[in-house]
Amino acid sequence: MSNPLADMEKPDLIFCIGTNMTECHPVAATRIKRALKRGAQMVVADPRRIPLAEMAELYLPIRVGSDVALLLGMAHVIARERLVDREFIDARTKDGEAFLEHVQQFTPEWAAGITGLPPADIERAALLYGRADKAAIYYTLGITEHICGVDNVQSLCNLALLTGNLGREGTGINPMRGQNNIQGAGDCGAVPANYPGFQPVHDPANGDKFAKLYGREMDGEKGITKVTALNRCGEGIHAMLIDGENTVVSDPDRHHCEHALRALDHLVVIDIFRTETAEFADVVLPATAWGETDGVCTNTERRVQRLRAAVTPPGEAKPDWWIVSQIAQRMSIAGFEFESAKDVFNELCGLSPIYAGLDWDRIEHGEYNWPVPHKDHPGTPVLHEGEFKNGRGLFRVISYRDPAEVVDDEFPVWLTTGRRLQAYHTRTQTGRAAGIDYLLSEESLEIHPDDLADWGIPDGGWASLRSRRGAIKIRARASNMSPRGTVFCSFSFSDVPVNILTGSGYDPVTETAELKVCPVNISPFEE
Amino acid sequence: MIAEVKPTATATLTLDGVEVSFTEGETIYEVAERAGREVPTLCYDARLEAFGGCRLCVVEVDGMRAPVASCTTPATAGMVVKTTTDAIEKHRRTLLELVASENRENEVDELRGHASQELKSLLDRYEVRGGRFAGRQSGTSNSTDDNPFILRDYDLCISCYRCVRVCAEQEGDHAITMMNRGFEKQITTEFNGILKDSACTFCGQCVQTCPTGALGDRKAMRAESLPGEVEKTRTVCPYCGVGCSVDLLTKEDRLVGVQPAMDGPANEGALCIKGQFAFDFVQHEDRLKMPLVRDEDGELHETDWETALDRAADGFKKAAGEHGRHAVYGVASGRAPHEAAYTMQKFIRAGFGTHQIDNCSRA
Repeated sequence: MSNPLADMEKPDLIFCIGTNMTECHPVAATRIKRALKRGAQMVVADPRRIPLAEMAELYLPIRVGSDVALLLGMAHVIARERLVDREFIDARTKDGEAFLEHVQQFTPEWAAGITGLPPADIERAALLYGRADKAAIYYTLGITEHICGVDNVQSLCNLALLTGNLGREGTGINPMRGQNNIQGAGDCGAVPANYPGFQPVHDPANGDKFAKLYGREMDGEKGITKVTALNRCGEGIHAMLIDGENTVVSDPDRHHCEHALRALDHLVVIDIFRTETAEFADVVLPATAWGETDGVCTNTERRVQRLRAAVTPPGEAKPDWWIVSQIAQRMSIAGFEFESAKDVFNELCGLSPIYAGLDWDRIEHGEYNWPVPHKDHPGTPVLHEGEFKNGRGLFRVISYRDPAEVVDDEFPVWLTTGRRLQAYHTRTQTGRAAGIDYLLSEESLEIHPDDLADWGIPDGGWASLRSRRGAIKIRARASNMSPRGTVFCSFSFSDVPVNILTGSGYDPVTETAELKVCPVNISPFEE
Repeated sequence: MIAEVKPTATATLTLDGVEVSFTEGETIYEVAERAGREVPTLCYDARLEAFGGCRLCVVEVDGMRAPVASCTTPATAGMVVKTTTDAIEKHRRTLLELVASENRENEVDELRGHASQELKSLLDRYEVRGGRFAGRQSGTSNSTDDNPFILRDYDLCISCYRCVRVCAEQEGDHAITMMNRGFEKQITTEFNGILKDSACTFCGQCVQTCPTGALGDRKAMRAESLPGEVEKTRTVCPYCGVGCSVDLLTKEDRLVGVQPAMDGPANEGALCIKGQFAFDFVQHEDRLKMPLVRDEDGELHETDWETALDRAADGFKKAAGEHGRHAVYGVASGRAPHEAAYTMQKFIRAGFGTHQIDNCSRA
């Protein structure tokens, strides 16, 4: 997030797009509810009539995968109505003129043809965002899990740059991260393009620095993403170490994923449970869990916080860092003589510029948002104040693209997936928490009541759901959250493996899967 | 906390004979709290709008005819406030006697909730033992709501409205409300049903703000009979990326419950159903306890660490030896701490000089 969570109570206009926040980030959503009570207005764009939509001044039920068209249409109106922040554009951005010229062609009528929204609503959304003194954007995977995920994010940046809604309290571009330490995994350098602290691997200076620190030459080329790695299992990738991820259930195209893991010569899985993915492993190593492990995590607002052990781990489970270090030591890799989590974290702080002002003791109370470049620095709750990291904010000239697969006669319905309030990911955790079944005991497919009737499926009956990659059996449920022609389910239940169906395409830059769009065919289930 | 407005302390008032500065907008109660006075309350929750219902926080203010509720009275310059006079203390004791007389019991296990000991503490402080005003009682426990999370023991309800207010003001859910008046008063949902059929999301905030234990954390209460003291350990919730601070409740190495940290920088006391109630995967019987290796029979078998780690290391050495250093790939977790992700990437970079490392953020 460019701005802290506390800022969510301060905007005049809140624009939520592709985020089902009351279910996926419920505590953050309470701040939005308080902002609304204080008088803020909210625009919600989402294919499903999610609970946030009910609280919105304006709800935009966009067709799945049409976000870029909506955002171009909004930029067109903001430019036409002269709601652009000239001063901000001139002083702090680049390529604004090219962008303003680009958006002249994208009228609300044009965007309406793609998004399925009334032109007047697109117009109104643009005016609400463009006229607000402080407008803040919040998004989640509904923006990123598309073949145009990067385009979507950059389109949101364009809107914020156009109106000067960055670098100030109550504004910003705010992705809500979905896992407790997914931000931290990136901070720590567990990505193919960056060393710890987002230091690019293609910069020779960083290569030299880490060659010295780690005692060996470093590739100057970035690595491949996990998506590509899974594609190359058996052909280039022959061994894998997977820590705490149930890849088989959470990733798109389950059959492809299982095939990939089988093609490896050697798979080592570190986890707290014997997951579906562990079943493919040659070696499974038991890790200590949350509540048993001392460590550090970073939340969605870049706040670096301590995790503390409260109970003894079961059996012989060990912390992940200990397990990885033991494997490394057996391979004679230098620099793994860590004796505690504190040792590991302090080494990270020593080589990451964004953590340079932190150490294990300084984060005791969690008051720092990175970057914290030196010991006297108070942290950076709001990014981009005064200037952008790279000097100027770049406008990107972006055009709309269709999803990887679009509906046709054979697969006439849009399937989109997500989470539910009471379940988390593949239910390795919530599925083992007493009482959760009382509220959510099985997965079901949310279908508009009229579609359900048209398709001849009884409410609560079994349906067959088919895509180009496979078929699953799922209980059908009438829901007014789903618009006609679009259905929804979560990927949480292993007995309804919806990711057998997904995986139609990937963003060319991030290789994030288009999990939010999958054309399907639905029919009554027959034995 | 972030971006707190710095007090522009210019105005002062006299609090129990001492001059104290305050910021415009502060109530007498807030000024007294800051000055370290322990003004008793039952309906007060710092996160909620002041309610003025319990009347325990009354103070004497020079020039005012009757004592005023300090939680709803704004501080003004020159005010002379007395928080603890004989008359005020007598009034508080009588009020507490009235409250105590109404409840079936006034001592509840601390596992019921974060604020559950507030009434008991005040009764101890004022040496009140119930009974003087025994008679009719308000609030009837709901025995039909068998949800596994929230006990609704309204015999202990004192109508402080904290549950209703936290649900409305903090959560914005408005799932519960007050029905009827006088002795007929009852906290209920719309149509007087069970929580599951209401707008309740089972975030547990009502439980944690209840000062008497009328609302109880049923999951934590399972451990009431376990031996040992309840200990608290501050950590961060393991679910989404908001990073809510929580206190883990343990009894002799058993994780028995979770309470929100009222001073947690990301959540300021809020939690959701997952953070509040979905903690017991940790000590679940399905947990992996021993390393496993796949033997010649094709099955995974338990083994010792030496064997498993040697197998793990040998496999990576062999793959790199046969197929080159780019053949080994690492996937770090978005769920494990920094130390896991850092050592994972260092294993790949220091071990092979490649960047064949990623995490689970792409799916």
